[in-house]
Amino acid sequence: MLAVPQDLEAEIDERITHYPVSKRSAVLPVLHHLQHHFGYISEEAVEWTAAKLGLEPIKVLEVVTFYPGFRQEAPGKFHIRVCRTLSCAMAGSYELMDTICEKAGIDRSGVTHHHPIAVSPDGKYSIEFAECLASCGFGPVCMVNDDFHEAVTDVDGLLKQYS
Amino acid sequence: MSEVKPDLVDVQIDGVWHQFPKGTRLIEACRQVGAEVPHYCYHPKLTSPGNCRMCLVETGMPPRPMPGAEPPQPDESGHLPISWIPRPVIACANTVAPNMGVRTTGPITEECRKGVMEFLLANHPLDCPICDQAGECTLQEYSVEHGKGESRFREKKVKKPKNVDVGPRVRLDDERCVMCSRCIRFTDEIADDPVLGFTDRGSHTVLTVYPGRELANNYSLNTVDICPVGALTSNDFRFQMRVWFMRETNTIDVNCATGCNVTVYSRQNKIYRVVPRQNNDVNSDWMPDSHRLNFHWIDSDARLTDPMVKENGKHRVATWSEALAKTAEKLAPLSGSEIAVIASARMTNEELFLVNRLVKQIGAGHVEIVPRMGEADGYLISADRNPNTNGVKLVLGLANPGSGLDRVKSGIEEGRIKAVLCLQENLVEDGGFSPELLGKLDFLLATYPLANPTTGLADVVLPGACWAEKSGTMINVTGRLQRLNKAVDGPGQTLEPWEIVRDLIQALGGGNGIYSVTEIFKQLAAEVAAFKGLSWGQIGDLGLPLIETGETIPALEREKQRKAAGLIVG
Repeated sequence: MLAVPQDLEAEIDERITHYPVSKRSAVLPVLHHLQHHFGYISEEAVEWTAAKLGLEPIKVLEVVTFYPGFRQEAPGKFHIRVCRTLSCAMAGSYELMDTICEKAGIDRSGVTHHHPIAVSPDGKYSIEFAECLASCGFGPVCMVNDDFHEAVTDVDGLLKQYS
Repeated sequence: MSEVKPDLVDVQIDGVWHQFPKGTRLIEACRQVGAEVPHYCYHPKLTSPGNCRMCLVETGMPPRPMPGAEPPQPDESGHLPISWIPRPVIACANTVAPNMGVRTTGPITEECRKGVMEFLLANHPLDCPICDQAGECTLQEYSVEHGKGESRFREKKVKKPKNVDVGPRVRLDDERCVMCSRCIRFTDEIADDPVLGFTDRGSHTVLTVYPGRELANNYSLNTVDICPVGALTSNDFRFQMRVWFMRETNTIDVNCATGCNVTVYSRQNKIYRVVPRQNNDVNSDWMPDSHRLNFHWIDSDARLTDPMVKENGKHRVATWSEALAKTAEKLAPLSGSEIAVIASARMTNEELFLVNRLVKQIGAGHVEIVPRMGEADGYLISADRNPNTNGVKLVLGLANPGSGLDRVKSGIEEGRIKAVLCLQENLVEDGGFSPELLGKLDFLLATYPLANPTTGLADVVLPGACWAEKSGTMINVTGRLQRLNKAVDGPGQTLEPWEIVRDLIQALGGGNGIYSVTEIFKQLAAEVAAFKGLSWGQIGDLGLPLIETGETIPALEREKQRKAAGLIVG
């Protein structure tokens, strides 16, 4: 079973009280809390959420697999999301992706629809494509964990910030 | 305005006005007046998520005049004019409204259906030649009626999991799935085993069984029945027979006292599958897997095919007349009190009626049946695993069937009973009679479909037809009289049990003159009070309530509650 710290569980319990009509509605916030803490939604996290909300695990899994924002695999210490929507794509986001992978030693050959994340061998960096990050005038755009970076050209400098 | 009862509303369907109770779903209203609306996700026994969009119809309501404008006036038939709404609605989840108009044909609905079909087929593998559902697939049927004939999609079809074991009896092809979610709702709402769901919603939506779990409940095969396409198929029936070659026979299940209504599918005298048949007073649309799959033994090598007599400790094949003559010869020196007749609560009322006659004719001192009590499953399986215990009470006249079995045993033990006529029962394995005990008898006759330890000991063995090979009536746990219909012929020299009992009566000096099971039913109706005035044809395919037993079927009770709560149409 998932080891959820007491204070996190208290926080989650409080959030659930915001949904008095149907606990099922609390699935999203609970998952967000868990992903924020653990970095991804593991099988145990799905089952923990289901038990917490009195749902069948399949109902939680349906939600997790619907939203690309929920990761089902552990990311690296620094998780990079590169925008690939139109403006960024035209501004060179695919080239940016290749450069980051090359410099961070990430092999993306195993990436599929179901496994969108690639992690560097040392576990330091992970990367995936994201859809529009809402800064279309300043592509290519990426996020590293919760930090936002616009018009990224200096990949060495970017990675240096997170080492 | 025409006379309108308060709970009825006037609805115009395809140009004709009808009246329906308030709350009637459009799809049901249309069906009732013969305007079938195509659909995939809608099922009257399940909630309606309205996700397949196949049942879109055009509707209209009286125009609402602008403030100050003249309100619309009723025409000579008393109905207001209809202003048609350009946006179609789903017929499955919308209900009738006063003065509503519905068009199930016309350019808007036809265009909708073509469009939905085109989307559903965009990623469908079109592997109909090797698909088990072919011939009974709504995707095929609606393609004939509503398809475009040609797809505009030029892209590659999405690849999804195929040949997935979702449970021990059910197999999934995700590429064929049209995402109707009937199976998900069934496991959730009826079987209380919600292990199925849609994951990766989007262009890759897949029906998934939760990792580490399986669709293993005893009602799992009902998902195969309600799957409108070939996504879920039965491991048992998979690739066994094309559905259009098979003959359908409506009969009932005999694995317990519920008597689920079933259709037996057979070809050239071999049964390929048994599926539930809708009867809202017995089994709704469902049946347990354990019962539906219990038919393979009918075609097994263990079947008895010929009458046999034992000579010098060994069985040899005999003719019917020889076997019957031997029986008469062996019973002749015995008095009635030395003979016990063990009938079966798996026999039909007609068979039991003749057994009763046989008992009276030979003055048998004992008549009993073998009880089969198990545990009810809280859905459709009754605790009583005999299908016709109520018939035994009513026709054979046993007040407490099975209670006298011990007296028969002690009678044999003490030498008071010298002969047993075991009709369609297995005394050793099901009745608790030890081979040693039966060895004390001077004469044992056994009829049964299969060779078993009892027939192994019998002096005369007669092959009796099983449930799928005979016709007759039974009374289920709720007291409903239901009809069995013969689907296939028994192997070899097998006779229906009523024929065997008739021939026994004749061989033992009684009258004859019965040539069909319907004739017996006529006599039964004349002689047994509860059946008075009934005719064979009257019973029909759905049976009729005969007696009050006070018993209910749990799955049906829950369905009634859901219907009353407005969750399902029922």
